[in-house]
Amino acid sequence: MSAAPGTEVERDRHVAVICEGIDKRFGGHVALDGVDLVMREGEFVALVGKSGSGKTTLLRILAGLEAPDAGTLLVPEARTVVFQEPRLIPAKRVWKNVSLGRGRGAAARAEAEAALGTVGLSHRSSAWPATLSGGEAQRVALARALVRQPKLLLLDEPFAALDALTRLQMQRLISDLVEDFAPATLIVTHDVEEALLLADRIILLRDGKLAVEVAISEPRPRSLGGAHFDGLRRELLGELGVTV
Amino acid sequence: MEPSDTQVSAEVEGAQRATGLHLVTPKVRRHSTRPRSVTLGIRAAVLLVLFGAYWLVAIKVNDVNKLPTPREIFDHYGTLITGQDLIGNFAISMSRAAKGFAIGTSVGLVLGTIAGLTAVGEEVVDAPMQILRTVPLAAMLSLFIIWFGLGDLPKLLLIALFCVFPVYINTTSALRNVDRKMVESARSFGLRGPRLLGDVIVPMALPGILTGLRLAGSLSVLALVIAEQINSNSGIGAMLINANSVFEYTTVFCIVVLYGTFGLLVDLFFRFIEHVALPWRRGVSVR
Ligand SMILES: Nc1ncnc2c1ncn2[C@@H]1O[C@H](COP(=O)(O)OP(=O)(O)O)[C@@H](O)[C@H]1O
Ligand SMILES: [Mg+2]
Repeated sequence: MSAAPGTEVERDRHVAVICEGIDKRFGGHVALDGVDLVMREGEFVALVGKSGSGKTTLLRILAGLEAPDAGTLLVPEARTVVFQEPRLIPAKRVWKNVSLGRGRGAAARAEAEAALGTVGLSHRSSAWPATLSGGEAQRVALARALVRQPKLLLLDEPFAALDALTRLQMQRLISDLVEDFAPATLIVTHDVEEALLLADRIILLRDGKLAVEVAISEPRPRSLGGAHFDGLRRELLGELGVTV
Repeated sequence: MEPSDTQVSAEVEGAQRATGLHLVTPKVRRHSTRPRSVTLGIRAAVLLVLFGAYWLVAIKVNDVNKLPTPREIFDHYGTLITGQDLIGNFAISMSRAAKGFAIGTSVGLVLGTIAGLTAVGEEVVDAPMQILRTVPLAAMLSLFIIWFGLGDLPKLLLIALFCVFPVYINTTSALRNVDRKMVESARSFGLRGPRLLGDVIVPMALPGILTGLRLAGSLSVLALVIAEQINSNSGIGAMLINANSVFEYTTVFCIVVLYGTFGLLVDLFFRFIEHVALPWRRGVSVR
C-alpha cells in the first residue's frame, strides 16, 4: 500500500506531528519498533491494531506521558488526551473538571460551559462526576480536551465502553468537533468501521510496527456502504487476522 | 508500506523551516525508578551530614553537660553497659514496647475495622474512641497504679492505649475510602464476608492501615518514657527519666540516640513490609 497522505490540500497544511524511528521496550518486550508517523494540522488519523499491539503506548508517547527509548519526536505544545476511561476528578463538579487548571473566574466558567454546550451537557454542568452515565462522563472528558484548543487531540478508544447508540452519537460529535476546531487528531480504536467512518487516514500497528497505511478521501459524514468501503474493511480486517 | 526514512527526514526539515506550528519534543515526567542503592545512599548522606553538623556544634559548645560530642556519647555507652545494665534494660523495654504494640494495634485494628466497615459499628465505636483519644494518659499514672499495681500490666496497657488510636483512625479511614466500584464488582462476582474483606477490601486499604501501624510503632517506644515512670526501676524509659532528674545529660543523650536508632529501624521494618505487602504499587506505570 502506498504512503500517500491524502490530497494536495493536505500537503499544504502545517506538519503537526513528526515521529521517526520510535522504539519502546518494557523489560524484554518490544512494544514499539521503529514507528514513523507524520501528521498534518486538521488531519484525522485512526490507529488500529490488535489488543497489545502498542496503540496506547504510541499514543502515550505522543502525549508526552511516556518516553520513547529511541527515535525523534516532535509534537505541538498544546496536546490533550481523552483516555479510555473518563478520568474525571470525583471531588470536582463537572464544569470544574472541564476548566481544571484554567482559573476559577467567570471567564473560565463561561469557557467550560461553552465546551459542555458543544458536547450537549450544559444541564449537567454542576453535577458530581460520580452521577454521570458512562457516555456523559466520556463527553465531559472530551469537553475537557477541547476547551484547551489543542493542536493535537489524542483519543484512546474513547468510545470503547459505550453502547452502540451513544457510540454513534459520539462518533458524529467528534467528527463535527474536529471539523470545527481542526486539530490534528489521532484516534486509537480497535473498531475498523469506526476508523473507516471517521479518519482521513488509517494506520495499522502490528507487533509494534506500522504495517499498513490507508488514505480515505471520501468527505465526512460518511455512510459505509459500497464496494470501496467493503473492500477496505475486508482488507483491514484481514490484516488484523480476521477473515470475512 | 512504511514511508522511507529519507522521505520523513525531508518532512522534518520542511516542518522546521516552514510550519506555523511550533513543535517540541515533550519532556516526560519520569517515575522514580532510581535503584534502591541510590535512595539508600541519599538517606545515609542526609544522616551523615546531620551527624557532622551536630559534631561541629558540639565541639564548638565544648561542654559535656550541655552538648556531649559523639565521641563522649560513645564512650559513655561503655559506662552505661557495665554500670547500669543498659543492654538488659533495653531488652526489657523492647519487650514491653512490642507487647504493648501487639495489644494496642490488635484492638485498634478490630475497632477500626468495625467502625470502618459498618455504619452501626461507627455509630457505636467512634464517639467513645474520640473521647478516649483526648484523655491525657500521662497525667493518670497514679490511677493506673491503683488499678493495676506496680508490675508490667499497667505499663503494657499504657503503651497499648497509645498504639490504639493511630491504628484505629487510619484503619477506619482507609477502609472507608476503598473504591466502592471495586467492592461492588467483587460483590457481583459473589464475594461476601471474610472473602470480600480479605481479597478486596483489606489489600486496597493496606497502605492506610500500614501508616497507622507505622505511627503506632514509634509511639510504642515513646510511651515507654511515660509507662516506665511506674515504679521506675527498669527499662530505658526509666533510665532516661532518672538521668534527667539527676542532671546526667550524657546518659540522656545516649538513650535519646538509642531511641533515634530504634525509630530508624522501625521505619526500615515498615518499608520492608510495604515492599513485600504492596508489590502491585512497585514501579507500576499508571496507564
Ligand atoms: N508498564 C508495562 N510493563 C510491561 N509491559 C507493558 C507495560 N505497558 C504496556 N506493556 C505491554 O506492551 C504492549 C503494548 O501495550 P499497549 O500499547 O497498551 O497495547 P494496545 O495496543 O492494546 O493499546 C502490551 O503487550 C502490554 O502488555
Ligand atoms: Mg490500549
